[in-house]
Amino acid sequence: MMKRWKAGKRLVPLFVGLTFLLSACGREDLSALRPQGPVAQGQFDLMKLAITIMLSVLVIVFGIAAYVLIKFRRKPGDKEMPKQVEGNHLLEIIWTGIPLILVLVLAVATVQKVFAYGENYWEDKDAIRVKVTSHLFWWEFNYPDYDITTAQDLIIPTNKKIAFQLKTADVIHSFWVPSLGGKTDTNTEGTINTAWLEAEKEGVYLGKCAELCGPSHALMEFKVKAVSQESFDNWVAAIKQPVEPIQDPALAEVFKTQCLSCHAVGDQGGPMGPNLTGIGNRETVAGILINEEGSNKPFPGKPVKDNLIEWLTNPQEVKPGNHMPSPKEDLGLTDEEIEGIAEYLANVKLNY
Amino acid sequence: MDWLTTVDHKKIAILYLIAGGFFFGIGGIEALLIRVQLWKPMNTFVTAQQFNELITMHGTTMIFLGVMPIIFAIMNAVIPLQIGARDVAFPFLNSLGFWTFLFGGLLLNLSWFMGGAPDGGWTAYAPLSSTTYSTTHGVDFYTIGLQIAGLGTLIGGINFLATIITMRAPGMSFMRMPMFTWTTFVTSAMILFAFPAIAVGLVLLSFDRILGANFFNVAGGGNPVLWQHIFWIFGHPEVYILILPAFGIISEVVSTFSRKRLFGYSSMVFATILIAFLGFMVWAHHMFTTGMGPVANALFAIATMLIAVPTGIKIFNWLFTMWGGQITFNTASLFAIGFVPTFVMGGVTGVMLGSAPADYQFHDTYFVVAHFHYVIVGGLVLGLFSGLHYWWPKMFGRVLNETLGKIEFWTFIIGFHLTFFLQHFLGLVGMQRRVFTYLPNQGFDLMNMLSTVGAFLMGVGVILFLVNVVITARKPVGVENDPWGDGRTLEWAIPSPPPEYNFKQLPLVRGIDAYWKEKMAGHKEMTPAEPVGSIHMPSPTIIPFVMSVGLFIAGLGFMFTTDDFGNSFLNFLFNNYIVVIIGLGITFGSMIVHSLYDDAGWHIEPEEIDGKGAEA
Repeated sequence: MMKRWKAGKRLVPLFVGLTFLLSACGREDLSALRPQGPVAQGQFDLMKLAITIMLSVLVIVFGIAAYVLIKFRRKPGDKEMPKQVEGNHLLEIIWTGIPLILVLVLAVATVQKVFAYGENYWEDKDAIRVKVTSHLFWWEFNYPDYDITTAQDLIIPTNKKIAFQLKTADVIHSFWVPSLGGKTDTNTEGTINTAWLEAEKEGVYLGKCAELCGPSHALMEFKVKAVSQESFDNWVAAIKQPVEPIQDPALAEVFKTQCLSCHAVGDQGGPMGPNLTGIGNRETVAGILINEEGSNKPFPGKPVKDNLIEWLTNPQEVKPGNHMPSPKEDLGLTDEEIEGIAEYLANVKLNY
Repeated sequence: MDWLTTVDHKKIAILYLIAGGFFFGIGGIEALLIRVQLWKPMNTFVTAQQFNELITMHGTTMIFLGVMPIIFAIMNAVIPLQIGARDVAFPFLNSLGFWTFLFGGLLLNLSWFMGGAPDGGWTAYAPLSSTTYSTTHGVDFYTIGLQIAGLGTLIGGINFLATIITMRAPGMSFMRMPMFTWTTFVTSAMILFAFPAIAVGLVLLSFDRILGANFFNVAGGGNPVLWQHIFWIFGHPEVYILILPAFGIISEVVSTFSRKRLFGYSSMVFATILIAFLGFMVWAHHMFTTGMGPVANALFAIATMLIAVPTGIKIFNWLFTMWGGQITFNTASLFAIGFVPTFVMGGVTGVMLGSAPADYQFHDTYFVVAHFHYVIVGGLVLGLFSGLHYWWPKMFGRVLNETLGKIEFWTFIIGFHLTFFLQHFLGLVGMQRRVFTYLPNQGFDLMNMLSTVGAFLMGVGVILFLVNVVITARKPVGVENDPWGDGRTLEWAIPSPPPEYNFKQLPLVRGIDAYWKEKMAGHKEMTPAEPVGSIHMPSPTIIPFVMSVGLFIAGLGFMFTTDDFGNSFLNFLFNNYIVVIIGLGITFGSMIVHSLYDDAGWHIEPEEIDGKGAEA
């Protein structure tokens, strides 16, 4: 037994090294191994504990296996049958007992964290409340306390608990921001889930849908934008300002009849599609066409207007299976009208 | 024709092997297409819809139509021999089980040619699998095809239970049964309890889709989370239904090629039963993110982690079986030895996944993909290759080529680790599973490319195995009873391949590893437990085949009952359930014929036995 402990001690530097290795993995705004908030941090700590325990198991098993395979090869001189052993109670008790202890260690940490992250902060006065509704294939964020509805970019203040209520408008999706915390499914009406997250630093964090939801499941991304409390307050004020309408009356009419029947811009329009207020300085168009402005992009973006034109010209090509009618084929918009609308939307910006 | 009517367990084993191998090939091609699509970001090799069909069919085909039938092939080939029986308990049902599986599988794969394969993932979560969101007939093919194929599995499981309980040779008590027989027994018991769950689930989903029921429809008062519970109450035990037979194979192979009896036999039996029991208690760990609340999550987390304990017992028992032995490194033994560390890696990530709060990060990512491929490919498929190489001479009377076998092993296992080890990290750095593409520069690009290279290496390994089979098929039949020289269990006591009746006289079992015991006592063959006498054999019959064809027609008819074909004759046939009635008529008609026609079978007389010997 002593030997085992000594071997264990020698492994400690390995685990420390492993921590550094793991935490260098992936992008800061995306990887579960580079946590940016308390929830993700706690989950990462649990992962490290589990990996450490499991690596020690692997080292022991691999060690015994290597020893056995080298030592007990059949040699040409082996004519006699080896001694037949029925078993060994002491050994069997040891390898039942030790795993049991290891599992218990992990179980205690697990149960602790299960309850910590299962906490419901919806009624907490200091928390920011957000109702998340998932749609094929976009995300709607509603702040009931501020009477704000937005889409795709979730704006939150740093160092504040964000309490979520999550549901879906169609099939089951899963709300996941790896660098801030694990995922929660968005179920149908009647089985609404709650969750909470917190971001420690300002920044844009990549969010994804983690449950297969149809053709564009892979493209159902969103961004969480953590900003200072001051910027957040500015944003709340800015999003409520009336939006300047389109100058050209003909185009304004097209926009009103064809776009605003589903989408809302400022105080006008309908609630069916994503709310477009402030789309001019969002991180992306449609969640995946990355806009040029801003920092820390997965790959180089294009001007907002170009992305909007690309989207409006053929939405099915960008996101197969989405529910937006094709502006050209279904709604009869001309290229000029599309360009005009893109130009207009690109300038619908929020200052915060 | 001989093959369509056979009820001989050894021939049915070969049928299972060919059909299972065929579907395994299809599933493998689907896997390679998936990897080609993902080898670089924003690839357009297949469309999003095709990709979802590919992943759904890859999972479904591999689990239900690929590896399970190959397991059944090995069980059919080996179990009656290992327990000293002349056939399974119900030879007619054995044949029926095979044909329903084959026609169910064919029906499912027909979807590729009939307007779209299922696209809701192999788990077919509602409401994505409802007619509102999955508009082709794909999911209907899934529900009805799997229903028919699942019938075959259930029949097979019950048959093995009855066989092992009632047909063991004199002297073979339960605690003298070979380990593979034990795991088959426990697996069959699990099939008996798990498959009715999926059968019910599939019926409910078919009713929702075809008859407009509301089991999973919120607007109609249903609940989609119900599907997840029903699916995983089957789905989790299914994992152990797959892996336990592999445990059995490894136990046999490791013991034979170390020339030692299995270390801790009774704790192995105990661990197997415990794993099966716990396997039914942990289904909800697939649903930690569904929102069951912290109490349920905590309980299911602990139950899940506990499975590590009996599994650990098994791993150490295998290592200590080799300890002090004389290990031979041939292909069968290499696959078994490769299984141990690979499966341990799959096992430890399983415990990690069991820790619910950490699972909030792992769930539905490539970490999970890596984990279950380590278990199913690194565990089960390595086990199957080991078992096939080990029992090939017994099944076909020819030993597979060893040199080629070793090349097979190394290409396959290197390819495997290259493909799936990296996927753990892909998941941790943020790649969800079931995505048809991904944006570049997220840290996914290189790992995905290497993963694809690995997948092709695995493909090469499988092709080499097929080449090996073809080369071996040209060799003459007729290796000795015990080609490995160290066979321990009863199957090695009779000729390879065994005669139609297996045992001329039922053997007397005098301890664990019956044949080895006799060899050590200086005997060349088993002590018989009965005098040479006339042997009763069941008659061949075409009825199981016809019954399955009937089910196939009925299934196809049921699916299209509400369709408009733009052709009044076809509309008449399908919309009035006439096709369904014809199909079910064939099936029930066959049942009636089978009930009324009293077939007493036939006998092999002692004088014929002496003449026949090993050919048959």
